[in-house]
Amino acid sequence: MNVKKENRRLSLRLAIVALGMFAFGFALVPFYDQICAAVGLNSLVEKSDRPANSQVDATRTVTIELDSNTATGLPWQFRPLLRHVKVHPGEMTTVEYEIVNTRSERITGQAVASYGPQFAGEYFKKIECFCFTHQTLEAGETRRLPVVFVIDPKLPRSVNSIALSYTFFEVAGRDGKS
Amino acid sequence: MRGTQRSALAAGVLGLAASGLAHAIEWNLQPAASAMAADIHWLHEAIMVLVTVIFIGVFSFMFYACYAHRKSKGHPAAQFHENTTVEIIWTVIPAIILVGIAWPVTKVVIAQKDTSSPELTVKVTGYQWKWGYEYLKGEGEGITFISTLATPREQIEGKAPKGEHYLLEVDNELVVPVGKKVRMITTAADVVHSWWVPAFGAKQDAIPGFVRDLWFKADKTGTFRSQCVELCGKEHGFMPIVVRVVTPEDYSKWVGEQKKAASAAAERK
Amino acid sequence: MSAVVDTHGHDHSHEHGHGHHGGYGGIMRWITTTNHKDIGTLYLWFSFIMFMTGGAMAMAIRLELFQPGIQFFNPDLFNQFTTMHGLIMVFGAIMPVFVGFANWQIPMMIGAPDMAFARLNNWSFWLLPFAATLLVLSFFMPGGAPGVGWTLYAPLTVQMGIGMDLTIFAVHLLGMSSILGSINIITTILNMRAPGMTLMRMPLFVWTWLITAYLLVAVMPVLAGAVTMTLTDRHFGTSFFNASGGGDPVLYQHIFWFFGHPEVYIIALPGFGVISQVIPAFSRKPLFGYASMVYATSAIAILSFIVWAHHMYTVGMPVTGQLFFMYATILIAVPTGVKVFNWVATMWRGSLTFETPMLFACGFLFMFTLGGMTGLVLALVPVDIQLQDTYYVVAHFHYVMVAGALFAAFAGIYFWIPKWTGKMYDETLGKIHFWLTLIFFNMIFFVQHFLGLAGMPRRIPDYPLIFETWNKISSIGAFGMGLTQLLFLYVVLKCIRSGPPAPAKPWEGADSLEWTHLPTPVPYHTWETPPVLK
Repeated sequence: MNVKKENRRLSLRLAIVALGMFAFGFALVPFYDQICAAVGLNSLVEKSDRPANSQVDATRTVTIELDSNTATGLPWQFRPLLRHVKVHPGEMTTVEYEIVNTRSERITGQAVASYGPQFAGEYFKKIECFCFTHQTLEAGETRRLPVVFVIDPKLPRSVNSIALSYTFFEVAGRDGKS
Repeated sequence: MRGTQRSALAAGVLGLAASGLAHAIEWNLQPAASAMAADIHWLHEAIMVLVTVIFIGVFSFMFYACYAHRKSKGHPAAQFHENTTVEIIWTVIPAIILVGIAWPVTKVVIAQKDTSSPELTVKVTGYQWKWGYEYLKGEGEGITFISTLATPREQIEGKAPKGEHYLLEVDNELVVPVGKKVRMITTAADVVHSWWVPAFGAKQDAIPGFVRDLWFKADKTGTFRSQCVELCGKEHGFMPIVVRVVTPEDYSKWVGEQKKAASAAAERK
Repeated sequence: MSAVVDTHGHDHSHEHGHGHHGGYGGIMRWITTTNHKDIGTLYLWFSFIMFMTGGAMAMAIRLELFQPGIQFFNPDLFNQFTTMHGLIMVFGAIMPVFVGFANWQIPMMIGAPDMAFARLNNWSFWLLPFAATLLVLSFFMPGGAPGVGWTLYAPLTVQMGIGMDLTIFAVHLLGMSSILGSINIITTILNMRAPGMTLMRMPLFVWTWLITAYLLVAVMPVLAGAVTMTLTDRHFGTSFFNASGGGDPVLYQHIFWFFGHPEVYIIALPGFGVISQVIPAFSRKPLFGYASMVYATSAIAILSFIVWAHHMYTVGMPVTGQLFFMYATILIAVPTGVKVFNWVATMWRGSLTFETPMLFACGFLFMFTLGGMTGLVLALVPVDIQLQDTYYVVAHFHYVMVAGALFAAFAGIYFWIPKWTGKMYDETLGKIHFWLTLIFFNMIFFVQHFLGLAGMPRRIPDYPLIFETWNKISSIGAFGMGLTQLLFLYVVLKCIRSGPPAPAKPWEGADSLEWTHLPTPVPYHTWETPPVLK
């Protein structure tokens, strides 16, 4: 019958739409990362940024508040050596963090950076950062971790303080894969 | 249905609370202790008045029809089923009203997001199930403590009478100076939590691995209480937030005590 | 929406009486049935059982919240109850009840002999009992059912026991059932209409279901994706929602609410459709603004895709994001307003009577609009930031879900039960059911607005003393409402067993095909020869 054929064709199309939407759910993942990258949210997976314009804007200073966290379960002490630094936009600055493994075994961790306010991440150009790679600490080891960064002079003038926050997570059995 | 009398009644409730009657029946927003919260209250009152007027307007038509156009009263059914003019009017007018609402709200949204130039920055970390505070910048820098529920287990289990601040009391309160812009940086160590002080009109989820921020500027001293507002597991209902707002002098004194205690603790090591 | 029908051939359907049930009797009849009426009945009973199950959990929640302190359930179990109450009510009760209506009514209303895919229809239904069993079984797993809220937010889901996995599989099954059901409904509506039944002549109930079915096909797979990611995060080392692996917990909320907001309309729209049948019937007057109803419903459906993040104002979005979602949300008030105005205008200058279906329809109109008004309050970012995750939100969405969808479902059941069973329900008991439900419902939820304003967070098993009075009132209302639903069961059973025979057209103003051109009770097979509408 003709209707049967029609029905089958229509239902097939609808099934394809459903499958497409299932795929769309997953497509939202990279899409979300793209949006976050575009508007400077979160900025999780990041490459080393080379500053496009290193002209120093000495007319203003921005306070960078350094913050550190360890996720529950990771027995590391993690702290910035300085709590905050004042920088001019465009000026290359180095700050240091320290991690101590308080457990008597070897542990691997990975730091994740985050910014407050979030959109400031877009203007926060990190040239060198321990958050790019896994950190493996032997039992009781202490390590200093430098971060080299430049604040983009395009940073809106209303922003005069940025929190740079790192959270260390334990990388459990998933070494070599990020 | 509630909006118009609300301000009057809210004032009454406030009066009752202020006169020291414990546990008066609360039925409106907690009294504002910051300009931001006051703005929010104003917006809320305004929108309540507006929706109440619209609601009463629309339903007076319905109830009039229910009363006057009943079959039992012998009302014959009219057969009209379209009227383009009326339909356009009741699409356009609400749209205009809504644009009118959006305008003042937008200003408050932008102000609420402006966390620049704080005088004190405090980081708050949500743990299952307690809050950690760390004074990052400004007077008191370096102070850190954990804030946990102080209500004894017996009270929760009904083995002891419940105290006045049942479930709203902590061992270490967050202390901030009055009239200073305080920026809170929120994060979490395990799951999503949410930090809220209703009196300041400030709420922000605390998300593991990320920092977010909010700000408030308390305009009166006092103790302000709240709870975690994002389901974070078993003890979600038992991780209160208590903020004590003090004068700048008292704040300096408190900072001094904290520092002394910290160095004493360090020496003992 | 009355259509002129050429009745040649419809009497033919009389020849097939009862007992023509595909060769099986007893339980096998129901398991193997491909008849849209049987399947509709199955959906309706299933949703009632789930409604009672979810309701029992609501009673447990309100029992614990009757007074401050932990009395009956530990906080873990309390969280499990809130989670399962939400999941069961949304996926087990409210969605299936409207699919039940769709199965019974759509073929009769458009002049089709059955659904387009009768066997698929059977399968769509029989997935549900398995899903429901999985949900209930999760309580008996080590660690119990998930205690994460019906929204299943990451990363709390990672901490849960095996009950979480059962729930995820259940959500997959429920989603699959909905998608298959929707494909069937769309195909039926687009391809199986009787000659002359043009789209713009279809009863509004059919229209709302067509739009709902499209929404379901579009968003249920997204939910399936979200819970699949949760599953792989839990067991296969992926980090979609885990910051340490480059994921983001907030991403889960975005995906969930991309499903979740259209879901709100999936629940509400068929209810709008039922109300659009009931109000004209008891006003004895055609529906006002039929075309604008269709356009408004479509506009609501389309807008529902761009407002999801208004559930997440407090996650810390950029200010532009907050503003965009706020404006879009406010915009939804326009088409929703149009619908409410149309319903009121339909009643205006009608010849009204207030039998039980009409009472529920008026109750729906009044309280759904109240829920819409608080929705407008919550749309405003600063006010929402104050009220997010408090009881104000709980009150708001129960006004929309219970006073909206549930009242519409009751209206529909009272409206069509004479047609389905051929017997009349007890009008007095029906009216008592309505008034008790209305009073107790408001007792539960109206006071929760005050709790929310005063600052009581949702999903807490114990609360500060200032919230005690309202919680007591709310709990008493809940017990009353729970008991009242037993009365509803009694009314329905009484109607089926010993109701007086219903007249062919019990409602004077009803004008769709099933009332005007089919006998009461409706025969097992209808429209084997399609009616011809001129």
